[in-house]
Amino acid sequence: MATVHLPSGLTAFTGGVDTIDIDAARVPDLIAELRHRFPQLGDHLDGMAVAIDGEIYQDPGYQPLRADSDVHLVPRIAGG
Amino acid sequence: MSIPREFKYVGTRPIRHDGVDKVTGRASYGADAAWPGMLHGAVLRSPHAHARIVSIDTSAAERTPGVRAVVTGSDFPETTAALALGEAAIDLRDISESMIARTKVLYHGHAVAAVAATTFDIAKEAAEKIKVVYEPLEPVTDIDRAIAPDAPILHPTLKTKGAPEGATGPTNVASRLELKRGDVDAGFAEADVIVEREFRTAMVHQGYIEPHACIARCGEDGRAVVWCTTQGPFVVRDASAAIVGLDPAHVKVIPSEIGGGFGGKIVVYLEPLAIVLSRKAQRPVKMVMSRDEVFRATGPTSGSKIRVKLGARRDGRLVAARASLWYEAGAYRGSPVGAGAMCAIAAYKIPNFFIEAYDVVVNKPKVAAYRAPGSPMAAFAVESAVDDIARELKVDPIDLRLKNANREGDQAPYGPKYGPIGLEPLLETARRHPHWTAPLGPNQGRGFAVGFWFNAGMNSSATVTLNADGSAAVVTGNPDIGGTRVAQALMVAEELAIPVERVRPSVGDTDGSGFTDVTGGSRVCYATGMAVIRAAEDARDQLKARAAKMWNVAPDAVTWQDGRAIPPPGTEKAEPLTVAEIAAKMTHTGGPIVGRASLYAPMAGPAFGAHICDLEVDPETGQSRVVRYTAFQDVGKAVHPSFVEGQMQGGVAQGVGWALNEEYIYNSDGVMENAGFLDYRMPVASDLPMIETVMIEVANPLHPYGVRGVGEVPIVPPLAAVANAMRDATGVRFTELPLSPPRVLAAIESAAPVPVDA
Repeated sequence: MATVHLPSGLTAFTGGVDTIDIDAARVPDLIAELRHRFPQLGDHLDGMAVAIDGEIYQDPGYQPLRADSDVHLVPRIAGG
Repeated sequence: MSIPREFKYVGTRPIRHDGVDKVTGRASYGADAAWPGMLHGAVLRSPHAHARIVSIDTSAAERTPGVRAVVTGSDFPETTAALALGEAAIDLRDISESMIARTKVLYHGHAVAAVAATTFDIAKEAAEKIKVVYEPLEPVTDIDRAIAPDAPILHPTLKTKGAPEGATGPTNVASRLELKRGDVDAGFAEADVIVEREFRTAMVHQGYIEPHACIARCGEDGRAVVWCTTQGPFVVRDASAAIVGLDPAHVKVIPSEIGGGFGGKIVVYLEPLAIVLSRKAQRPVKMVMSRDEVFRATGPTSGSKIRVKLGARRDGRLVAARASLWYEAGAYRGSPVGAGAMCAIAAYKIPNFFIEAYDVVVNKPKVAAYRAPGSPMAAFAVESAVDDIARELKVDPIDLRLKNANREGDQAPYGPKYGPIGLEPLLETARRHPHWTAPLGPNQGRGFAVGFWFNAGMNSSATVTLNADGSAAVVTGNPDIGGTRVAQALMVAEELAIPVERVRPSVGDTDGSGFTDVTGGSRVCYATGMAVIRAAEDARDQLKARAAKMWNVAPDAVTWQDGRAIPPPGTEKAEPLTVAEIAAKMTHTGGPIVGRASLYAPMAGPAFGAHICDLEVDPETGQSRVVRYTAFQDVGKAVHPSFVEGQMQGGVAQGVGWALNEEYIYNSDGVMENAGFLDYRMPVASDLPMIETVMIEVANPLHPYGVRGVGEVPIVPPLAAVANAMRDATGVRFTELPLSPPRVLAAIESAAPVPVDA
């Protein structure tokens, strides 16, 4: 199962949970499961970048996850 | 993973293909073009920083001889579209309303109407005849006022996204972000030395030499063609289409050469106005901003307030950090404060930290990206505090940073673990560099600081076309700001073993190139470079297949070596074939050879810079000048080292300006008082010494050559490096930028150096 780390700002919407194991093959499945478990996350997950095993995707799309992937949700970043 | 390889062309320094046109004045920039039948546009701008629009009467302007069209906010449809770019999807309603006001003006210089006429003077005169009745409101021009409980509210519907207590409103705080690790109170309890200070930086502009400019032509069929200076032709296409209500398929954007952008030429300001004026007038409309308009009505970067508290043990180990950041977003949400929060302590392994960040709207122009958006201000605060910790502990500032530096495998403060990063070798190289131990003269001080930036990835496309003579053309959709044409030509040369002079690199328009994200985020050489390499590989595969056809062998049996197709052993009458030999026969072997590639790249992986600054201060006037400056940077792989060095030097020059002189100066009415280069003092060549550069190449495993982004990192350390040098020279810890002569002189004359633990 992928281990998902939430930024501390989102733990207000997860009852304080900041790390969670989720069985998901791809990023959209993972996001859907997060929303299912923590409905209060709502649109706070919109626009988050996703770091999968150290690689940050501004738009993670359908990126696949390994069974032991380490996933961090990261605020999106603008460059100049 | 990237594989170390020997390069023939990559790493060399050929003359850029567009160089002669640029130095001889032949290159066409935004304002250089003229189209038949062209009209000229002018914009009427708000004299108030904050006011309701009661009424607009355009009749006098419309009656003016020579006027062909007048537009106001009511000519633009409401849009709720969003464009994915950066920290959050860009809200095109905000972009549209920032471009032309509807019911309220939110900054001095906010556009309220535009006129197209046969000459610019007529358009300008007619615009001034437009009667606008305003109901002035109290302007909010600084963070403290904006977050005060009784502050005037800019947007009645604005709520704080990310507020832990839930979104409440109305407010001027658009969002809150938080990063946390460990137990920060326990960390400070463990600390032997604590430094806590509040820092402020002023709103500053990118200061690109070329102003915003465009020509738009919108015909009877409703199709538009736009020529403009931009970092992102596809952004201009999609944003303009949404704002004016056109199908993006009916908009073509042709990027001109670009005279600097630094992040500020991603947003549209003129293009939708010109399209709608042209649609009304049925003539092309040219619009060019004055420098005054560029300052008042385009996107600078945020002014900031940052409170930092750092704690260290006596052995030099940083054990706790707390930071609160407030960044001005300008009139609409979207400051780079989130990036500032994530970058603030990215260099250091600190087990306990708490960082909170607030995006604050004020009655100033909506901010835009500016080189490593958000990071320089955060680095100014944190690196100043780190310098004070080193002073308190009486240790070398580089040694202190080495003791706490993040390395591969360490967890970044924003979450994931770092891959290969070059911070430690940078610090060691800087410590060994002669500059670090060179003697200082009278009234001189030396400062050191590091900086961090992420570097973007995103969408890129490229095509590589072979010509019958064995030369090649490469086309991408990225306007060339920092020498990316020649870098892309080097990559094609490397993959196909063609001399770089025989590769013609071009910037395509939105019809002639595959979708490509902006020239920004330090992404072009990395992400578009990868697309170019893959397109060249695709062309090479086709060359092998054509050779196979010429030899009548299976394509898989052909190998490629040293720029030649090699026949399988035993093939009769077959000699290795060069690119030119295969290309000469392409009409007979299947037609043109065009390699192409499109990709979505992950972020390039972070890069660090470390800077040493020597500053000399005149104690009688407070004036200071940089007398020596050395910038060290992990560049991954320098494809064209001269342009990497140029990026480093340019970033330093802008950062020094930010540190020493640049600031938006507002009066109490919210009017900028220094909207010109005479009063907004940017450094010029004669203000700076030759900036020394030292490149370190720690290969980025995400790129086949190891390329990292290089364009943004070098603006991050200078603010703190200069301030730390000022501290060294004067004994005064300055917590507010710029370090302008009056501010420095006042502090020196007060003769009350700020104690370290103040």
